[in-house]
Amino acid sequence: MGGYILRRLVSAVPVLIGITVIVFVIMALIPGDPATAILGSYATPENVERLNRHLGLDRPLWQQYFVWVGNLLQGDFGRSFALNRPVLDEILDRFGATLVLAGTAFVLCSVVGIVAGTVSAARQYGFADKAITAAVILGISVPSFFLGMMMILLFAVHLRWLPVSGMYSMFGGGDLADLARHLAMPAIALSLVATGVVARLTRGAMLEVLRQDFIRTARAKGVGEGRVIWAHALRAAMVSVIPVLGIQAGFVLSGAVYIEIVFQWPGVGRMLVDAILRRDILLVQGGVVFIAACYVGFNIVVDVAQAWLDPRIKT
Amino acid sequence: MTLFLRLLFRNRLAGFGAVVLGAIVVLAVLTPVLPLHPPNATDTANRFLRPLSEGHWLGTDHLGRDLLSRLLWGTRLSLAVGFAAAVIAAVLGAAIGIVAGYAGGRTDNVTMRGVDMLMAFPYILLALAIVAVLGPGLMNALIAVAVVNIPFFARNIRGVTVSLAHREFVDAARLSGLGHIRILTTEVLPNVVPVIVIAMSTTIGWMILETAGLSFLGLGSQPPQADLGSMLGEARGALITAPHTSVVPGVMILLIVMSINLLGDGVRDALDPRLRSGALARPMPATLVDRPAPPPPTGDGLLRIEGLRTDFRMGKRTGRAVGGVDLALAPGECVGLIGESGSGKSVTALSVMGLVPSPPGVISGGAVRLRGEDLVGAPYARLRALRGNKVAYIFQDPLSTLHPLYTIGEQLAEAIRVHHPVSRADAHARAVQLLDDVRIPNAARRAGAFPHELSGGMRQRVGIAMALANDPDIIIADEPTTALDVTVQAQVLRLLDDLRRSRGLAIVFITHDFGVVAQLCDRVAVMYAGRIVEEGPTEAILAAPAHPYTARLIACVPELGGGRRRLEAIPGLPPAVDALPPGCAFAPRCDRARDACRAGEIALEGATRRVRCLFPVAPPEAAR
Repeated sequence: MGGYILRRLVSAVPVLIGITVIVFVIMALIPGDPATAILGSYATPENVERLNRHLGLDRPLWQQYFVWVGNLLQGDFGRSFALNRPVLDEILDRFGATLVLAGTAFVLCSVVGIVAGTVSAARQYGFADKAITAAVILGISVPSFFLGMMMILLFAVHLRWLPVSGMYSMFGGGDLADLARHLAMPAIALSLVATGVVARLTRGAMLEVLRQDFIRTARAKGVGEGRVIWAHALRAAMVSVIPVLGIQAGFVLSGAVYIEIVFQWPGVGRMLVDAILRRDILLVQGGVVFIAACYVGFNIVVDVAQAWLDPRIKT
Repeated sequence: MTLFLRLLFRNRLAGFGAVVLGAIVVLAVLTPVLPLHPPNATDTANRFLRPLSEGHWLGTDHLGRDLLSRLLWGTRLSLAVGFAAAVIAAVLGAAIGIVAGYAGGRTDNVTMRGVDMLMAFPYILLALAIVAVLGPGLMNALIAVAVVNIPFFARNIRGVTVSLAHREFVDAARLSGLGHIRILTTEVLPNVVPVIVIAMSTTIGWMILETAGLSFLGLGSQPPQADLGSMLGEARGALITAPHTSVVPGVMILLIVMSINLLGDGVRDALDPRLRSGALARPMPATLVDRPAPPPPTGDGLLRIEGLRTDFRMGKRTGRAVGGVDLALAPGECVGLIGESGSGKSVTALSVMGLVPSPPGVISGGAVRLRGEDLVGAPYARLRALRGNKVAYIFQDPLSTLHPLYTIGEQLAEAIRVHHPVSRADAHARAVQLLDDVRIPNAARRAGAFPHELSGGMRQRVGIAMALANDPDIIIADEPTTALDVTVQAQVLRLLDDLRRSRGLAIVFITHDFGVVAQLCDRVAVMYAGRIVEEGPTEAILAAPAHPYTARLIACVPELGGGRRRLEAIPGLPPAVDALPPGCAFAPRCDRARDACRAGEIALEGATRRVRCLFPVAPPEAAR
């Protein structure tokens, strides 16, 4: 297992290089001159040239790339000109909030999705199956930002059960219960689409597995139906569910952008959108690389989980 | 194509989706000619009018603009943008996929690595990066969403192309001297197009959603032009005071995406042949029972199968897999059940413990009495308590019948623990003992192995060990040696025979091989088309088969040192279970058949030897 984890870590290196190349190339395509953008259109040509030299923008592109990656490796993501602070500081300040939101949504979509999909398959064509299937269709079709707005209307404005927005109460609060109350709506809104996808996939995988011979063997042994479904069948079905959980993690992580806007959650997603609207390119660049790298890391975890579950993968 | 459409519309949800989507598309197309307010005409005196206001069916927004008009124009824009993004992504993605898949080798490798890199980004993140560079704007959002979806198409289409590139008709085209471009456009493309269409139908909803999302963030369409996403984004500021300005565009997005998803699901289901046949139904924990009344007991004994009937009900068709089987098993006895594939021998065996998959299987008559207790229609809890405990099964092909993700030790221990309240450690020790009993060397170490780590013969021994776990009275072995080579087969048979004698097991041994029956079984029952056609002591039947079918079956067995006897295949095929002829089912393949054979029911007659034939080869009396 240790060897597998190591190999998987090594194989992530080219992916990370690829990510930096893609981000760099995209950013290099920006029309216009960053120095002019920073100094404004009234800057003198001499000043523009000096700033370009200072930023290393007068060198060939490939040199710029290596300088940039070298800096990234040293934790220097550059400086946000709009916020006048290092990009990495800004990202790290906000990443915790995104992690709480996306992490909760990920756990929700995994647990609820797998349970709903399994129940649905176990009661195929029954009432529970039909209800879950209908909920899934609705769930994967509703835009998360619209759902979030409707939840605010219902639970915060009309029923007054939950706070409208933010991560903590502005005055007082700040404990775990306060966080939970603020987290409930955004996390559910963010997880719904992913939950639908996971539930649907789990149902299909379970139906596939339940027809297999080893399920008949379990029944022939006298294993109870609950254990047949929740242990034998689900374990085998997880082999095809886990990779999709990895994809959903990326979906939840990036989908947090909408939810952070709707619920004014102080996370990286909102920072990115603000940065894009301000044309704060270094902040966007740094944020995208950072989130993508986290996602690559999480996918390694997913692969290791898969190898742990399925002994046929190793070697 | 008509079949496809019929299937599509039999799916009511897909039909609903088609109708809703059709209505929305028609409205969007007709928008310019409908008598609407201009969508961008502001009227600040009439801000936030509620729906059903005079002149404004859906009310007005924060600038007093008519919501209905903006909704329809916005829908038009969203549909157009989503569709355009889907087409761009599909065309570029398909082009990449086809070229990579057709070229193979280095081109394929490099291209797909690049595609994988794009997929390493979380979905929306890359779109955000692209918009960041191009600047906010609807066109840029469209490009971003299209680019992000290219990898999905490229991967799918590449997969299909790779499988096509090595097919005979492509090879033939290549050999006939066609250029690569010609081959791609005339041979490959037509076969790939349906896949592209399906992939589009499942992703276009996403793309509409994503462009709406970018617009919602203010990165897509810019004012005053508005698609559904930016309408929602603008309305967010007034969410609490004028919720209808949010609800109207939001519900429209929901309707569009949902109808596309429903339609896409319908298309996929209609094209998936497995769903067409309904084969994806899950089997229930016990076979369904639908029988008039249990027949009276005909005697006692360990196990009596009496007049058992098992049907396969698929829609309106009913196949009779087992059509009235009587079979008795005494303690310590080994009975062979022999017949061709599809003769109903496995279904008979599985019916005993209600293990025939339902749907489609239904036990429609007869009884299975274990020491006088009828198991047909017994409560599930009762069946479960007996399964593996009193009556255990050994199945064919243990690679698929053992759970791939549990060690064999765990699977054996589980078999014990479901029936006996023993500790985990005790169960494990017993599991190792069982492995030792079936002569698996190094049992303690092998217990930690997964099924795929063992050889076929070893796996079959594990299957036997599992059946022995609870010291059952009866073992039903369903072709346990068919997947093994001859030497291993002999070992496994000897093992079964030893265990039977040392433990006093009764065995029902299902096979299609008379050679195996001769080695192991005291008695044999020959099945054909769901019925027993002959039954009696093994030696007597082997020496003088009475039923013509038995005779032909025995003639199929090669004899070692038997010289160059011609092995005779039986001409023709067994009848389909849903179209059984009246009278003798073997008559169409039998050279002794006369008109009387086809007239009506023929009884299974005799005492120790029974035969279902009007004109037996050797009169059963001779053997009595």
